Amino acid sequence: MIEKALRGSSRYWTWLGILAIFIGIGAVCYVRQFFIGQGLTGMGRDIGWGLYISQFTFLVGVAAGGLMLVLPYYVHNYKAFGRITILGEFLAIPALIMCLLFIMVDLGQPLRAMNMILHPTPNSMLFWDMCVLLGYLFLNLICSWVILTAERKEVAPPKWIYIFVYLSIPFAVSIHTVTAMLYCGLPGRDFWLSAITAPRFLASAFAAGPIIIVLACLLMKRIANFDAGKEAINKILTIIIYAALTNAFFVCLEFFVAYYSKIPGHMHSLDYLFFGIEHNGEMYNNLVPFMWTSVFLCFGGLIVLAWLKLSKKVMTDAADWIIAAGCLAVFLSLFIDKGLGFVLGGLAITPFETVVEYYPTVNEMGVTIGIWAVGIFMVTVLYKLAVDVEHEVEE
Amino acid sequence: MYNKGLIVPGLIITVLLVTFPFWFDVFSSAESTDPTVELPPGGEQNCIYPADEMRAEHMVILNEWRDDVLRNGNRGTVTVDGKVYGKGLQLACMKCHTNKEEFCDRCHTYASVVPYCWDCHLTPTQQKAGLKEAN
Amino acid sequence: MDTKRRTFLKAAGVAALAGISAPAVTKLAEASSSAVPAVAENSAGTAGKIRYGMVIDMRKLYDRPDIQEKMAAACRYAHNIPTFDDPKSEIKWIWSASYEEAFPEHSSAHNAEIIEESEFLMLCNHCDNPPCVRVCPTKATFKMEHNGIVAMDYHRCIGCRFCMMACPYGARSFNWFEPRPHITQEINPEFPTRMRGVVEKCNFCAERLARGEKPACQEAAAEVGAIYFGDLNDPESEVRKVLAENPTIQRKPGLGTKPSVFYIV
Repeated sequence: MIEKALRGSSRYWTWLGILAIFIGIGAVCYVRQFFIGQGLTGMGRDIGWGLYISQFTFLVGVAAGGLMLVLPYYVHNYKAFGRITILGEFLAIPALIMCLLFIMVDLGQPLRAMNMILHPTPNSMLFWDMCVLLGYLFLNLICSWVILTAERKEVAPPKWIYIFVYLSIPFAVSIHTVTAMLYCGLPGRDFWLSAITAPRFLASAFAAGPIIIVLACLLMKRIANFDAGKEAINKILTIIIYAALTNAFFVCLEFFVAYYSKIPGHMHSLDYLFFGIEHNGEMYNNLVPFMWTSVFLCFGGLIVLAWLKLSKKVMTDAADWIIAAGCLAVFLSLFIDKGLGFVLGGLAITPFETVVEYYPTVNEMGVTIGIWAVGIFMVTVLYKLAVDVEHEVEE
Repeated sequence: MYNKGLIVPGLIITVLLVTFPFWFDVFSSAESTDPTVELPPGGEQNCIYPADEMRAEHMVILNEWRDDVLRNGNRGTVTVDGKVYGKGLQLACMKCHTNKEEFCDRCHTYASVVPYCWDCHLTPTQQKAGLKEAN
Repeated sequence: MDTKRRTFLKAAGVAALAGISAPAVTKLAEASSSAVPAVAENSAGTAGKIRYGMVIDMRKLYDRPDIQEKMAAACRYAHNIPTFDDPKSEIKWIWSASYEEAFPEHSSAHNAEIIEESEFLMLCNHCDNPPCVRVCPTKATFKMEHNGIVAMDYHRCIGCRFCMMACPYGARSFNWFEPRPHITQEINPEFPTRMRGVVEKCNFCAERLARGEKPACQEAAAEVGAIYFGDLNDPESEVRKVLAENPTIQRKPGLGTKPSVFYIV
């Protein structure tokens, strides 16, 4: 099946070539970091985690988001998702590999990473995160490959594969729950120390993951002659709207707890993120524009999507562009909220209740872009496989 | 066979590349000699184990000492020829083998192993002269 | 696929999940009983076990930044700690900062003038219930069972910095750069340096205690006698007597970490 990835139009190869350039840039930046040290990043003694770990956190959500296709199709037998469930799995695989890459580039001693397996430590949430991430990666690899192979041969998938399919459902939930537990069990980090962290992560994941699939479907309709079907897109949009609203609701709850209780530790991070915080006569507010952009994009995107659905315009071809715009807005919003605000909001307030701002360096951004390019490269290749198989079956 | 013109030369090139170290050795004029190490300048004759055993096991012993001292709180001592040493690379080994460059490095360089001991532990030269002067 | 078969498959899926997770659960149970003494061990059953602790008598250190700096310098020498100008890259084992930074939970609107004007010493609290140990994925940081010191194994640390996230006292530093070129003071030949990419912190001078010496900072403050160090589990020890005679505070006691460093303010 892999040979399908090696035959493509010049447009396909150009796109992969562009991505390869970005991967190369990322590699060069990482080599620099590997030989000089993590000091090349914007991280420091107070802000010990930065862009890498926040990207990791966001991408675990993208990987878990595929669940929103697997669950309706396999458990509720929702046939409209038949053509695109494989896209959910083929999104999870690159997302998980990006997660692992972001963890690796964040480690100070990456060559010792195997110490996590040599000295397994069950009281560490990072150990469990490794277990569930690798487990979910394995499940997605095996399920997607076996089912796509069966589809290509036009036979029913072997029965044993459904054990792994059903197993992947709790695993999808667990990867993001355990990732939330990395943060929400730490004493003294008030912004993270919230039981709603895991549900909030899941809600934003169930919006962000499906959005990528919608965007990919709309794109592939134009350039790869692959139509996911109006009903499927319409249903995913429903899921995205509810999930994003749930996430927004959870964020509002955080606001209530902080500002009604008036406990300084709980207010400080939200102050810093949304209004700016003053400390020793200096104003710290470098994330405020981002966070408000996130708020407006979220509600703007949701209003557009809801209007499309209520006015029944969603089923028309002309709606595609508006769907794409709405989805992109919500996606960016969630990316800022989780891929930037959550980690940095928690860290900007130090254990000494001082405020420190974080600015990523160019080298750090180079590595980050390189890893995103790896992910997009893999998604391109895998989605091409899936679409080519569907075309082959149709002929 | 399809593409014979590509596959056969490709195979030959692969085989040549894989076996390159052997070819290089056959045609190279450089003399390959086993490394010789210099024994402790202080004239100590005995180590904690016979030389053969030390050659094969020193890295394992160092790891065990490390775990004993750091993790198990067992900072015991070792006695060789009546002299007592604290467990550890700096505290025991380097007391006699003060010539790290002529002892450790000779074999390690030959075998192309780069143990990370010296990333943190100080060589006798560095201990005497300080970090900046020794480098 | 008919409904019966799907029902069966669902049941099979659930059964498989239970079967696969069983060994992991057993392993978890085993491991948490054998390898993790840090969480369980506390007040009960401490007889015969040492738990090192420190009392810092701030009354003797108010208006004495010279002594505080002397203590930090002694520590820097004893442990070959590098000095960085950029606060981002700093390595700190023992350091001084304002009362607000050291005791954010104890700050009041109207502190005594002496408290506002002085700096307070901070170091690793060697908690009885250390969050850093709980989160470390490789057991590179651990609590030594026989003396309660929270120690680091720099050979094993992978540099994930999870412990820095978990420490509510900001007592841990990461080697963002190669530390050796930044060791500005004379080198201590008896102690190693660290390498790039690992986390480090105060070790309560475990290596000096093993030789029967006092912690370096205590020795440096000897002229004013500001530091008491000893076994918190021994009612006859000097620290316990000082604790019995003086009201003391700890940093962030509300977090349940049970710090082993006490302050007389």
